[in-house]
Amino acid sequence: MKKSLNDRVFDAVIIVISVLILLMVAYPLYFVIIASFSKPEAVLAGKLTFLPVGFNLKSYQMVLQEAKIWRGYRNTILYTVLGTVINLFVTTLCAYPLSRKDMPCRTFLTFVASFTMLFGGGMIPVYLVVKNIGITDSIWAMVIPNALNTYNMLVMKNYFQSSIPGELQEAAAIDGCSHVQTLLKVVLPLSKSILAVITLFYAVQHWNAFFNAIIYLRDESLYPLQIILREILLQNSLEAVGGDLTGMYEKVMQGETMKYALIIVASVPILIFYPFVQKHFTKGIMVGAVKG
Amino acid sequence: MKKSFRKTVISKWQLLVMFLVPLIWYIVFCYVPMYGIQLAFRNYNPRLGYLDSPWVGLRYFQQFFSSYYNRDIIWNTVSISLYSILFGFPMPILLAIILNELPGIHFKKILQNLTYVPHFISTVVLCGMLYLFLSPQYGVLNTFLNFLGVESVGFLESNKYFKAVYVLSDIWQESGWNSVIYIAALAGIDPELYEAAKIDGAGRLKRIIHVSLPGITPTIVTLLILRIGQVMTIGFEKAYLLQNDLNIRSSEIISTLVYKQGILQGNYGYATAVGLFNSVINLTLIILTNKICKKYFEISLW
Repeated sequence: MKKSLNDRVFDAVIIVISVLILLMVAYPLYFVIIASFSKPEAVLAGKLTFLPVGFNLKSYQMVLQEAKIWRGYRNTILYTVLGTVINLFVTTLCAYPLSRKDMPCRTFLTFVASFTMLFGGGMIPVYLVVKNIGITDSIWAMVIPNALNTYNMLVMKNYFQSSIPGELQEAAAIDGCSHVQTLLKVVLPLSKSILAVITLFYAVQHWNAFFNAIIYLRDESLYPLQIILREILLQNSLEAVGGDLTGMYEKVMQGETMKYALIIVASVPILIFYPFVQKHFTKGIMVGAVKG
Repeated sequence: MKKSFRKTVISKWQLLVMFLVPLIWYIVFCYVPMYGIQLAFRNYNPRLGYLDSPWVGLRYFQQFFSSYYNRDIIWNTVSISLYSILFGFPMPILLAIILNELPGIHFKKILQNLTYVPHFISTVVLCGMLYLFLSPQYGVLNTFLNFLGVESVGFLESNKYFKAVYVLSDIWQESGWNSVIYIAALAGIDPELYEAAKIDGAGRLKRIIHVSLPGITPTIVTLLILRIGQVMTIGFEKAYLLQNDLNIRSSEIISTLVYKQGILQGNYGYATAVGLFNSVINLTLIILTNKICKKYFEISLW
């Protein structure tokens, strides 16, 4: 069917708006990329528009030279891997029983979990609990207080309830499967999409975690990447810039474009993770999210 | 029969053991802190513990409400949030509708995936980008303004622009991500409804207003209730990271005050009291909105 004039005008308007949105979202990201490859003088003088000026890799070399960035990187990888494993373990152990109709006190326990989304003790009482348990200034402070996210747990629970046929679980029980076996052999293999999505959520949360680190960590050797990023991006503290005076000016200049390179180095690992999860995304998120 | 009965008991026992780990976590990290709220009414002394620290009643609340800064802080918290709702909440809905109307599947996919990207950037990096882009000397935005003949503006070095920077950068970062749920809801609308509207002579815009929007109203209302329940929870991280001496009058919010008073200065009782004031308002708001929505939209969270 041929489109009417009105429809074509409408399409044109929609496309123009979309292109504008595309530019607004993409340009800042694109600018970071080209600035990271450009000469500092050009970036600071505002000569950058669409292409790098004076293409070079010095900013990246400078990132490589900062020891504390790599220490932060290592810590963040450790927290992300360990934290996400703990998250998945605890979230599954919470979501599966609550998804079962034969769980004793199911309604009450679901309420116990959900209520924490509406009301909580607040920053200080939680801090004091963590302090009293004695896990501040340790890796555990980064992974235990946020071992479970109730929203993610409810999404997973709803997925178990609505996407895995109850008959299948019953059949497994009749065949002599215990609950643990049913969970491992029937439920989890059928829940790959939700597991992928929730893994992504948790991993992103750990990779970007800043709050727990500034509250619980005093020992600099434990600092995750985000704390180091803050020192460099927002507080302008660079080890390489201090010290000898030769070439000081150049280093300070390079330090400015180095920030762009650092943004890329710090964000790319988590961004490349996303496309692998993307195909599961709509399926996984919709089931649980609409009605929590 | 007997055997199967024993089996059910055993299997229930397994379910309960499984649940033990999360239950302990909930008790330790959610319910013990709720018990710890009494610190708001006590002069906390770590050696005496929660129960034996002297009771001071409403002293900390009085202290907060008689402080010279309390109005600013409450207003900052509420206004940033209200601006976010007013300008930020409709954005993902508009984006989802635009994506839904876009002809051409490839461009749609690209745009959709691209708008998710900012969500994955950490708050620290976002704030770093804001400082870089908005810098009065070198920032790309000011360079652009100079090009247009406008003088450089210190966006983050004044009280005037802080909230706008906060809300706009939030829109940039989260609109794409938040549109996912609306896109999925739009995909769930029966195509026959569009056909019927078309036969009745409704143009594209009319179809958006009379088919698309009503189709996603339940989703909108549900998310709105959740959002209003968080009116007083705005991200601690972003406000704290964007704060400096020059914008402090518009950037100090309840959570940054709680952090500074409690964690940095050790005024546990005072900080807990301010935090409690915040959570009670949140709880009240979410219960109220839920009630109202139940009455007028027949949609409720519980």
